[in-house]
Amino acid sequence: MNTRSEHAPLVHMQDIEKHFGNVIALAGVSFDVTPGECHCLLGDNGAGKSTFIKTMSGVHKPTKGEIYFEGKPMSFDSPRDAMEAGIATVFQDLAMIPLMSVSRNFFMGREPTKGSGILKRFDTDTANEITMEEMRKMGINLRGPDQAVGTLSGGERQTVAIARAVHFGAKVLILDEPTSALGVRQTANVLSTVDKVRKQGIGVVFITHNVRHAMAVGDRFTVLNRGKTLGTAQRGQITPEELQDLMAGGQDLVELEGSLGGTV
Amino acid sequence: MATETPTTTDERIKTESFMAGLMKRPELGAIAGVVLVTLFFLATADASMFTLAGVMNFMSPAAQLGILAVGAALLMIGGEFDLSLGSMIAFAGLVFGACVVTFGLPLFVAIPATLGFAALCGFANGQIVVRSGLPSFIVTLAFLFIYRGLSLVGLKWATGGSTQLRGVRDATENDFLARFFSGDAFQGTFTALAEAGVIDTFNNGVPKVPGVPVEILWFILVAVIATYVLLRTPAGNWIFASGGDSNAATNSGVPVRRVKLSLFMLTACCAALVAIITVLDSGSTDARRGFQKEFEAIIAAVIGGCLLTGGYGSAIGAFFGAIIFGMVLIGLSYTQIDQDWYLVFLGGMLLIAVLFNNMIRKRVTGER
Repeated sequence: MNTRSEHAPLVHMQDIEKHFGNVIALAGVSFDVTPGECHCLLGDNGAGKSTFIKTMSGVHKPTKGEIYFEGKPMSFDSPRDAMEAGIATVFQDLAMIPLMSVSRNFFMGREPTKGSGILKRFDTDTANEITMEEMRKMGINLRGPDQAVGTLSGGERQTVAIARAVHFGAKVLILDEPTSALGVRQTANVLSTVDKVRKQGIGVVFITHNVRHAMAVGDRFTVLNRGKTLGTAQRGQITPEELQDLMAGGQDLVELEGSLGGTV
Repeated sequence: MATETPTTTDERIKTESFMAGLMKRPELGAIAGVVLVTLFFLATADASMFTLAGVMNFMSPAAQLGILAVGAALLMIGGEFDLSLGSMIAFAGLVFGACVVTFGLPLFVAIPATLGFAALCGFANGQIVVRSGLPSFIVTLAFLFIYRGLSLVGLKWATGGSTQLRGVRDATENDFLARFFSGDAFQGTFTALAEAGVIDTFNNGVPKVPGVPVEILWFILVAVIATYVLLRTPAGNWIFASGGDSNAATNSGVPVRRVKLSLFMLTACCAALVAIITVLDSGSTDARRGFQKEFEAIIAAVIGGCLLTGGYGSAIGAFFGAIIFGMVLIGLSYTQIDQDWYLVFLGGMLLIAVLFNNMIRKRVTGER
């Protein structure tokens, strides 16, 4: 494994195994992410990506293996535990409510308050201000904080979800296929958001099966196949073609690619 | 609205006019409805409808319905229904009547007991819905019959065979709490106003309107508190979130179950409050009390801008929705129109409101 020496990893997952009954979903996966890097986790459908990040974010408990968070062994009982420790996950459904305004979504479940006792109330002014500010930092100018999330594009929604995780103190940000349903331009926006987040010293785990998206922002690339890590490569040490081959499990794709004229 | 100016603006977003912003408020439909209905009756009804006495006349039933409608609106925004509301009125009326007449309890015991009992019933409703994950529509439909049946059985038990329990007025006549839940408030003010010649009086100098019926004050109080909670507290945000997408809300740390349970309890308490007010007012309680009120409350909430799917709506809208109801119910008697048009009118209003809400929802979410 190539571990970068300048930073200790934020999260280090060692030989993680996860069995569901007699199905072995993960058969010994090791993975780490350091502050300020974007570590891409690639793999085809069914490779175990989802199971793996759910283990990392506290949804599943590993059958075997160790999770170290900032050097200390950790065991998360729920996603909330992981969130409080600083591991935030932006799942594909984004946990956004289209009918509610951006700022109400932004602070959902964590509303700032002012006043005390019976007069304790939702500090909407602060919420609106922070939302506008955080969104501007991510390069999105909202019409207003009361704009409904339903009116935002897919990429903008993704950005709101990322900005929210960052604002609430994420040290590690797990993005579950953030670009899978987006157009070209929106993908570019999300990738540039990932870059901004990384520059703030947050470790990003970027899950995708699109090699080009991974190459655009990744510092390191780990490929999963059939519940195992096929290896981790530094940026510049691997070509997109090699990554693609690794993901597909080697030979199968070569023939197919020939017939498709290298478009996959 | 935001006070700062964005550094760059997106050229594809047109600046929103004041009107367009207004069009997105959930309560707009209900306010427009009040205006329309008022114009209609100004044109067709006897002028006495809009005198002080006439206004009190239609505000009184509006208030009784409105207390329910505001509770129902909060619950609908939270993503659930309560069809047992009407039966709950009869059931709470029975409990209240039995407390006062059968057990001879004073009001300061009977009222909290009735509210507490209603909260318990709401809790039962809510627990079943939340734990089973079944639609609240079907669970509370079951309770619509259960509570109505229990009211009948209970009344027969309490009275020895009758379905009406009388004697509430005699039992509460001298109770100091009675005047907060029945009769008219501000009587002194109204007498003074009459003496000053500001409001109409009968020939003997007694004001035609003795005061403001207390249910109107309760109605306003409930609507104001509900609106405040909804728009200005974290709990309000949780209600919108729970109704909008309970899964997303749970993932964001909103205690969805607790929110829904509390809303069921609150709605049942609203029904109990209406029961207490109407039972004290009429001096008796019977098994048909609150019949079909659940539908009227839901209609008022929908007219007020609540979506049937939850996550959107307003308490102040339900307030105006209930006023529309009261105006139409009472207003027709001031006109030459046959009163039975009331039901046609009701259905028509509901249909228009649902179509209108659907349009508003699409505007808000930018759906095409």
